[in-house]
Amino acid sequence: MDPSAWRGDFPALHQEVHGHPLVYLDSASTSLRPQAVIDAVVQVYARDAGNVHRGVHALSEAATAAFDAARAEVARFLAGSPDEVVFTRGTTESINLVAHAWGRGAVGPGDVVVATALEHHSNLVPWQLLCAERGATLRIAPIDGSGRIDLTGLAALLDRRVRMVAVSHMSNVLGTVAPVAEIARLAHGVGALLLVDGAQAAAHLPVDVGALGCDFYAFSGHKVHGPTGIGVLWGRARLLEAMPPWQGGGEMVTSVDLQGARFREPPYRFEAGTPDIAGAIGLGAALAYLGRIDRAAAAAHERALHRRLLAALTGLPGVRVLGRPELALAAFVVDGVPAHDLATILDRDGIAIRSGHHCAEPLHRQLGLSASARASLAFYNAPDDVDRLVAGIARAREVLA
Amino acid sequence: MSDPVRELYQAIIVDHSRAPRRRGPLPGATHEATVDNPLCGDRVTFRLIVDGDRVRDAAFEAQGCALSLAAASLLAERVAGAPIAEARALIARFAAFVREAPGAPIPEQLGDLSAFAGVREFRSRQACAALPAVAFERAVPPLP
Repeated sequence: MDPSAWRGDFPALHQEVHGHPLVYLDSASTSLRPQAVIDAVVQVYARDAGNVHRGVHALSEAATAAFDAARAEVARFLAGSPDEVVFTRGTTESINLVAHAWGRGAVGPGDVVVATALEHHSNLVPWQLLCAERGATLRIAPIDGSGRIDLTGLAALLDRRVRMVAVSHMSNVLGTVAPVAEIARLAHGVGALLLVDGAQAAAHLPVDVGALGCDFYAFSGHKVHGPTGIGVLWGRARLLEAMPPWQGGGEMVTSVDLQGARFREPPYRFEAGTPDIAGAIGLGAALAYLGRIDRAAAAAHERALHRRLLAALTGLPGVRVLGRPELALAAFVVDGVPAHDLATILDRDGIAIRSGHHCAEPLHRQLGLSASARASLAFYNAPDDVDRLVAGIARAREVLA
Repeated sequence: MSDPVRELYQAIIVDHSRAPRRRGPLPGATHEATVDNPLCGDRVTFRLIVDGDRVRDAAFEAQGCALSLAAASLLAERVAGAPIAEARALIARFAAFVREAPGAPIPEQLGDLSAFAGVREFRSRQACAALPAVAFERAVPPLP
């Protein structure tokens, strides 16, 4: 198997950690950035350093052109329209934006929001807050033994009081993929909307918001090889148009007097203040990079690595993989080696994994665990990374024996 | 060169993490506190039976990593039967110790707890070792 044709594009991979070449198996936490993204961000600060949508001078015009081009790049990535692309700080803020701007108008006493048992805290807590504030109820759809959303169980929760169904496109713990188009049909069948948390999926699956049939799609720049601090909310134009602002300030108004203001059209209505210009342009560069490489080859390479990872982990005595991961990651527990200690010991071998509950505490509680270890892949990983992980787990068992 | 991982997971720490002493409920507990480490999901509950100015008995319940379990176990052993003032001083010394610079002198009063010297190299793990100390500090009654 090829070590990976793309490794050279990612400078952060080429460093030593505690005297060992880095093995980066934490891309589900944050993915590394190709040089093209770093260059794009540097160029914003080093040259096109003006503010956007304000100045008439050259630096502002250059920044505005690059910022608008980034929004167009995001729209292409999602197969949506640029006026449906709202820049946010990340998936978490995207979901909070919907919970505030849409939720406060659309969800009232006795109404229902449905989420699932595998959600990341970012697709759970905003709905808990909304429901508490509005006197609504949060219902939780169950998952089956392999870690997939139980569609029958989900359908049983749906009735005319349900206003929103919120699901992760891909689980950040179990690596399972939600049948989004089917869930969209179920949700729309009772008059509810569907919000998809795409934080994990966007790096691994094609995202075509029309084909998925969702009403909102949220993802983060830093999990698709872009900068941290930038993310996207895609929303259907007619929904965004009907939503009031959630934060007030500059950029989002058409005119202001001392007693009131008139608000701009989406997406600007939801982007108060100077945005993360470099972040958005860096995100555009990341998506352009993903558009330039042979994504089919990259996806095939990643799938082969994932098979190797699952085979290696399931072949180790005393190791149990959680659920049946379909893509890019595996969460697991090792007998006699708490996840946090495993991560510490692996780190000293130069291997980066995640340990803890991965911001999915209710899911871990349901699995009877307080923590797990998680190894996650990107197309820049090499087969040797998996082999070093296996050797590291063996060493951790020795240390704690 | 010594191996920092082996320095961290010394035999006594591994032993106390695999077979913690004084783990379990404490019927008749007069004081208790629970603390969480949201970073890793560790949770420690410390319970005490305080009799006058002494800790007559101590026990803990915990879900956690090897370091927090071993620290809870060793700390519970040390404070059970000790005068409150002494237990409090020991715990405070231990909580400070795990965050000190690697190689700093090891206070004699720590005894077995000095096995945690290795954690001073591991910044992200110091909170794990200190977690049971925080639970104890919250559980222990204020000095009269």
